[in-house]
Amino acid sequence: MHSLVFIKQVPDAAQVRINYETGTLIREGVPSIINPFDAHAIEAAVQLKDKYGGNVSVISMGPPMAKEILKKALAMGADKVFLLSDMVFAGADTLATSYALWAGAKKVAEEVGSIDIYWTGKQAIDGDTAQTGPGIATRFNIPLVTYAVEIKEVDKQNKKIKVSRLIDGGMETVEVPLPCLITTEETINTLRYAPLPYLIKAAKTSVVLLNSGNTEIDAEQCGLKNSPTKVKKAFTPPKREKGEMLEGNDEKTLNALYDKLEPILKQCGKL
Amino acid sequence: MIKQNITEYNNVWVFIEHNKGKVELVSLQLLSKAKEIARDLHCDVCAFTVGDNVKPLENEVAEYGAKKFYIIENSALKDYRTEPWRDSISHLISKNKPAVVLIGATALGRDLAGTVATVLKAGLTADTTALDIDPETKNLLMTRPTFGGNLMATIFCPDNRPQMSTVRPGVFEAIKNPSKMEIIKDKFSITEDEIVKKIIEKVQTGEDKLNLGFYDIIVAGGKGMGKKENFKLLENLANVLGGTWAVSRQAVQMGWAHHTRQVGQTGQTVHPKIYIAAGISGAIQHLAGMKSSDIIVAINTDDQAPIFEIATYGIVGDALKVLPKLTKTFKGKLKI
Amino acid sequence: MKKKDFDVIIVGAGPAGLAAAYKLSTAGIKVIVIERGAFPGAKNVMGGIFYRKAMEDLIPDFEKTAPLERHIIEQKVWLLSEDSALSGGLRSEKFNKEPYNCYSVFRAKFDKWFAERAKEAGALIITETVVKEPIIENGKVVGVKTDRPDGDLYADVVIAADGINSLLTKALGLRESITPDKVALTVKEIIGLPEKVINDRFCLNNNSEGATIEITGPFFEGMVTMGFIYTNESSISIGLGTIVEDLVKHKVNINDLLEKLKNHPIVKPLIAGGEIKEYMAHMIPEGGYFAIPKLYTDGFMVCGDAAMLVNAVHREGSNLAIESGKLAAETYLKAKEAGDFSAKTLSVYQKKMKNSFVLKDLKMYRHLPKMMEEKRQLLTKYPQFAIDAVYDMYNIDGVPKVDKIKAIKKSIGKLGYIRMAKDMFDLWRKVR
Repeated sequence: MHSLVFIKQVPDAAQVRINYETGTLIREGVPSIINPFDAHAIEAAVQLKDKYGGNVSVISMGPPMAKEILKKALAMGADKVFLLSDMVFAGADTLATSYALWAGAKKVAEEVGSIDIYWTGKQAIDGDTAQTGPGIATRFNIPLVTYAVEIKEVDKQNKKIKVSRLIDGGMETVEVPLPCLITTEETINTLRYAPLPYLIKAAKTSVVLLNSGNTEIDAEQCGLKNSPTKVKKAFTPPKREKGEMLEGNDEKTLNALYDKLEPILKQCGKL
Repeated sequence: MIKQNITEYNNVWVFIEHNKGKVELVSLQLLSKAKEIARDLHCDVCAFTVGDNVKPLENEVAEYGAKKFYIIENSALKDYRTEPWRDSISHLISKNKPAVVLIGATALGRDLAGTVATVLKAGLTADTTALDIDPETKNLLMTRPTFGGNLMATIFCPDNRPQMSTVRPGVFEAIKNPSKMEIIKDKFSITEDEIVKKIIEKVQTGEDKLNLGFYDIIVAGGKGMGKKENFKLLENLANVLGGTWAVSRQAVQMGWAHHTRQVGQTGQTVHPKIYIAAGISGAIQHLAGMKSSDIIVAINTDDQAPIFEIATYGIVGDALKVLPKLTKTFKGKLKI
Repeated sequence: MKKKDFDVIIVGAGPAGLAAAYKLSTAGIKVIVIERGAFPGAKNVMGGIFYRKAMEDLIPDFEKTAPLERHIIEQKVWLLSEDSALSGGLRSEKFNKEPYNCYSVFRAKFDKWFAERAKEAGALIITETVVKEPIIENGKVVGVKTDRPDGDLYADVVIAADGINSLLTKALGLRESITPDKVALTVKEIIGLPEKVINDRFCLNNNSEGATIEITGPFFEGMVTMGFIYTNESSISIGLGTIVEDLVKHKVNINDLLEKLKNHPIVKPLIAGGEIKEYMAHMIPEGGYFAIPKLYTDGFMVCGDAAMLVNAVHREGSNLAIESGKLAAETYLKAKEAGDFSAKTLSVYQKKMKNSFVLKDLKMYRHLPKMMEEKRQLLTKYPQFAIDAVYDMYNIDGVPKVDKIKAIKKSIGKLGYIRMAKDMFDLWRKVR
């Protein structure tokens, strides 16, 4: 049971501030973290490894600095980590990203053995697109299971897996043959506090660097130039003004609140 | 990147998401918005969907202004499964070459769009909240929040067609605009045996709606609600207002509510007309999930709570006492 | 055979721990460094002036790769009152020649760089792990317990470089919990400004020249406080440190005091128009020589802030830390040769420290903290008097200089000739 987890380096949202004058994010001094949903994907893969054996590899695409989060992945129990870092990848949209990660994943499989489960978080907290996972699955032409909340059953013999996933208005359990790609919700597991030996192993293991030179990646499908979508402009939404404090919580206040909300309730067809 | 002749692509397509023989509201909202876009592009709005028996949806679809309704019916397409839906829909799109494809940004829609766009090698923009046509280039301008709503980005797709986008439910209004509609039935041959993914079990809770984004009124509770039993107070008020209830991450961690009701960075992002935050202090991760709500009413005992910084109206008080009073006040006024 | 995972466990990836790790690793010793922060430097704050010498002894060409901001060519001291600053100091072209005496640095960047050097030399560095206590067998330190699952580690020697609140030295009874009179709370802001603006305001020729201002005097209301302003490449560090006991006694919030300093009419134009990039707060040991614990025991040595090695008068800390880490490492290498890690062998470390500038400097100033605490006039009345006297001499108002000097003498009389002379003599003796 070999796993490969796709992770993304994101700025710690809790520490990102906005410069309202320039309409940009202040990223200076903001630490980078593993996208929280991706961390749960790593944990899910490590838990399966603990139960069924095999190895867990992790790959990320990003600047050389992204090595740091891959080190963290090692400390969470990953065996091998890979960083796809090359200027030709820069500025990629989700289509170009899924291409590069797919090509990188094929290279990883050459090194660690054929992959049974590909994992990633349901979406990244910076871009919020939830498109890269589905994109990679499509490129591999393997079953896609998004929004996974529980690994129900692994049939190692017949190479099948049962997964519960969230759907609009409920939940469903699906069975798919391996290999497949699973995107994880935060609730799929609880992150463990990694044991010390993992950390020591992580400190001893180095990140394998992949680029357009040592992989079979077609530069004509990578980066900003080959991304169908482009950013026309970025701006900050108007800052929310501090509103009105209503004094007391007696009937008068609540009636006043009602009067203020009435036009909106009307608009929503509640009246 | 594959060079396309983008002038071959025409019309605005809207994906009709359906559940138990009914069209999801977001699809109707998108039909209405598509009408505006089609006007600017001098083309038609077309609807499309797949399933085992989707023809009965035609009345509803026609009522919201679609000129054509492209459908594929096949018993193997009964329940949504990514792969067969992806392939049948990709077939429809690549055959008919729409200029714009809009899909509701529901769990299903986002799962589907990401795979279809990859098959078509099309540009896809996720979870947009504004759609405009660039008057000069006629490109679709798709504006979406990123960084948990801290930054807005306008995306466009100059050289590729179709221009695909998933669109947030509830952003646009569904306006009836009946038109004479033509149904175009296509075929896609696939049998159950060829589909490797099997649905073992499906639990439609109804109660635990995944998509809080459907609601224009949300009553949310946090740690200040004290215990699980008190969440009934949220539900009561939500029922009176015809909305739904939600929770903060802390409430989920306390085991008071299911994750599906969580609003925030690691839960759902919502933007209702009215968001009532009861006993929620307003951690930045929570604010990221709700601060684009039109009106925010905050109830908290701590007058220094950060939630008051963004609240339209603030009431300093114990949510457990204020909520029942609010419910009573509104019930009297709304006469339900 | 005795259980052993590493030769040496170093607790804390600050300058002391990293210096020890670097020195030992280059000698082929198996070293692990355990840091509680998210990365080396994450938990570190200091004024931001870094002296070359100790580091150069360890890594001779460190200046080629280390992230240094500006080399300091001018060091000033201000006696600051509400509306005046009496300034002294030295600007010298001697400071403008390589090798430079000292630099402004950002510790977060600098420690990361230092950690990379230690890693390259072969040290293992793990982060986000808290060392809770030493493991003691037969009265000897043989390892540490961490807060991680499977978190026990064993080694010949444990070197504690775990900062001012050193859990290890406390657990071993080498020192007590730190008291509020022996620690300063230091706050600091990094204020971003264009390089050219900084060069103009501090009369610097280019981006690599820097200046420092240390601030004391009656402005700080009799609290033992040292303020500072340092130039970085494209920012200014401004901050102050006050003995915690004084803050409590005077009921002063240190952030308000920093705000007051930033708004002082003489300070304000230096930072005007800048944008606050970062804010930091940290405890700095100020106990001086008498607060230094015994530096070793069986299988154990302590360095840096954990050993209270800070020269409060000269705002030196990291160079003392580096020197102590280096000497601890040298001691280990000797002990390894002898195959004995008992207190007896490790006592060499204490001797080495005694003979180094570290303890010699601290010894020289040993009475100063107590004196500052007892004789507040040194911080208030005397500097105020000096400011007033100089003002009078500069102020041309028709009063003959002779009369002015008379008036000054008269006010010295009020302060008490004998007392002032004695205080001055004491001060001179204590820093001699």
